Amino acid sequence: MNKVLHQDIAETIFSEKLDNGLTVYLLPKTEMAKTYAIFSTDYGSIDQRFIPIGKQEMITVPEGVAHFLEHKLFEKEDHDVFADFGKQGASANAFTSFTKTAYLFSATSNIEENVQTLINFVQDPYFSEASVEKEKGIIGQEIKMYDDQADWQSFMGTIKSMFKNHPVNIDIAGTVESITDITKDDLYTCYNTFYHPENMTLFIAGNFNVEKMIDLIQTNQAAKTFKKMEKLVREFPDEPEAVAMKENKIIMPVSIPKCTIGIKESTTALSGEVFLKKDLLQSMVVDHYFSKGSVFYQELYQSGLIDTSFYFETTLEKNFGYTLIGTNTDQPEKFAEKVKELLNSTNTESLTIEEFTRMKKKKIGQLLRAMNSLEFIANKYIHYHTIGIDFFDVIPAIQALSLDDVNDFIRNWIDEDRLAVCTIAEK
Amino acid sequence: MLHIEEKRRNENGLQLHFIQSKKYKTLNIVAKLRAPLNRETITKRALLPYILNQGSKRYPSKPELQLKLDDLYGAVLSVDGSKKGDNHIISIRLELANPKFIPEKTAIIDDGIRLFSELLLDPNAANNSFDEKIVEREKNTLKSRIQAVKDDKMNYANMRLIDAMCEGEAYGLHVHGYEEDLQEITAANLYEYYHSLIEEDSLDIYVLGDFDEDEMSRKIAAMFERIGNKVRTVTQSNTIKKEIQTKEVIETENIQQAKLHIGYRTNTTFKDEDYATLQVFNGIFGGFPNSKLFINVREKNSLAYYASSRIESHKGLLFVFSGIAPKDYQQAKDIIQLQMEAMKKGDFTEAELQETKDLIINQLLETMDHSQGLIELLYQQVIGDRIITPEQLINNIRQVTKGQVTMLATKIEEDTVYLLTSEGGKTNE
Repeated sequence: MNKVLHQDIAETIFSEKLDNGLTVYLLPKTEMAKTYAIFSTDYGSIDQRFIPIGKQEMITVPEGVAHFLEHKLFEKEDHDVFADFGKQGASANAFTSFTKTAYLFSATSNIEENVQTLINFVQDPYFSEASVEKEKGIIGQEIKMYDDQADWQSFMGTIKSMFKNHPVNIDIAGTVESITDITKDDLYTCYNTFYHPENMTLFIAGNFNVEKMIDLIQTNQAAKTFKKMEKLVREFPDEPEAVAMKENKIIMPVSIPKCTIGIKESTTALSGEVFLKKDLLQSMVVDHYFSKGSVFYQELYQSGLIDTSFYFETTLEKNFGYTLIGTNTDQPEKFAEKVKELLNSTNTESLTIEEFTRMKKKKIGQLLRAMNSLEFIANKYIHYHTIGIDFFDVIPAIQALSLDDVNDFIRNWIDEDRLAVCTIAEK
Repeated sequence: MLHIEEKRRNENGLQLHFIQSKKYKTLNIVAKLRAPLNRETITKRALLPYILNQGSKRYPSKPELQLKLDDLYGAVLSVDGSKKGDNHIISIRLELANPKFIPEKTAIIDDGIRLFSELLLDPNAANNSFDEKIVEREKNTLKSRIQAVKDDKMNYANMRLIDAMCEGEAYGLHVHGYEEDLQEITAANLYEYYHSLIEEDSLDIYVLGDFDEDEMSRKIAAMFERIGNKVRTVTQSNTIKKEIQTKEVIETENIQQAKLHIGYRTNTTFKDEDYATLQVFNGIFGGFPNSKLFINVREKNSLAYYASSRIESHKGLLFVFSGIAPKDYQQAKDIIQLQMEAMKKGDFTEAELQETKDLIINQLLETMDHSQGLIELLYQQVIGDRIITPEQLINNIRQVTKGQVTMLATKIEEDTVYLLTSEGGKTNE
């Protein structure tokens, strides 16, 4: 097992790639009472076209399969996995995102039993025609629930207006129509390909014994057999740099309109240092311009265009990235116009060293604070790991950023063609 | 792992609480200002934290304050007012990155404590008055907060239950204050009240994280010197036992789902020996998804969308919350009362008792992993005026027996049944 001590943040992480390909990370923190474990596959809603394990031909699967699969894994022939965790004092959960599907629990007792339960239920699928049919009704309801949620519609509406071809533009849960096509065989095809240990990471953080834990995992995995995994081939369509729709208006019942500006940040595959640099600068720059201490925020606030619902978020993934800036407002056109004007004005700006130093400090402090959470560390570690970055190297990477780096970024940040506006209104 | 040591230091009348922990990459500094709940002051106390939060003399505007916080490695400041037993508590919290993990040399602790003390002791005021614009704006925000209680029907029903149950008692006062009192508040008289609060409130300061205690003690004492050496008399709430007459209150609103909330007097508070027993009682009765209320009201009879219970530790109250169809009022009430009877008869198994204790302990342990959760837990001892560490509390919970739970149950008295139901709907169909 590899052991790496990160002295600067006082964390020691153990890792091992098992014979079957599974990557295991153990982060013992015995001062905590809790343990958090997450078993994650590098497979999300965007992984629609791929060559299934043991086959040669590229296939396309229905929209929403990854999420459907997540639901079905909890159901076994004769028992319910949630109840198993409950009896062992753990609370379990799962999620599907654009790029990942993950199963997790947290507990303060029976940690080893709970880890066994977690690994075993994820690695023991039970899909039948009848249960797949039954699930279509349940997920159909979930999709309809999302259809009524203005915030979700605003989010997906902005994503769709930015991305023309990339499958990030499809709803994670699929549509009521697309899920009717899902069969038991689709589930097995996706499961066997993407839930292969080679494509998965197990991260355990908290109060446990490292030696015992790795033994348990090794023994558990050695007793199971998996097909040999060649390289996993996925295919993504070409995505233009410009947005798909500059304006997108969605009519639905809302008491006050919602308006979101999307910045299409990335359309090409990035990894390693290039990725990390862009990832950090993107989040620091958006924060600099739109957080509460900023001039832009004050301007928007003073002019009454935003209220407490104002938010911004930014995401960079392996082959796509975006920033969203949104609010509830009764003047959506004015808000959009103002934000675009502010964004466009950044091209000619340069930050001072004082400003940039403050931005770096803030980012480092935010990371340290977030690292109080086991969940945050585990989730982020896996996220960066799939892109070839060690999360524990992020703070030194922030320090290494230079004023030229950020000013170069800002000069090329905004381009009218990469901006989209999505409005949700009653009429 | 479990062991939490809280060191109490008194620096010239300033009550400091230091908790060493390597769990966190941050330092948490929390000030708790406590005074008896009082109708005369409650609205001012509800408003004040949000004025202090807007800036200090040195950083008089929100953007200036925010930039300073950013400069302190993204420090996070938060404030609120709350009600515990017969006390009102103003909390001011500052979370700072621990300099041990910051890659360059920094004076973040000195700067942080200085900012913290200035926010509390050197507010943005001139000529014996706060800034009028800020006070007016925050009065409006507080007004919205008072009105918003009505929009959240569960919260509203709970407030109305307490109105009926604790009429004439300090605990019955509303934590956000009263709209009609807001008009009377001016930037000048609020500042005057602020002064008496700084003089008279009992002040506890908590520091949690990995830090040097002597150094911290010195630094805080120096910054708070101005108010440090006053003798602060801690006003203990005088709990006069009220004559209980069970009452039923029914109100209507334009709503679909009715709220049936029931208030009980537990006659047990944090101070008492059987406090751990009360926690176990609540766990079996309605504290968790496998509790009697959830199983019987929701699962077996499909009557409620939610059904649970919660204890108020310092006043000695127990509340049952349920959301039901208006027509099911009588049946739901009967089933809830039946569950209380079952508790008094000891109608639960040893296995349920054990499972509930495990759940409570798990919950406490998880709370103690969170910095703010731990501080709140420790502050209970100040409010309750009884030293009982979380470790002792967990031990006490482990030792609770079935007989003790049953005995405690017999002390619990139903006080008020409150129903918020749909307009025009007959409740006893």
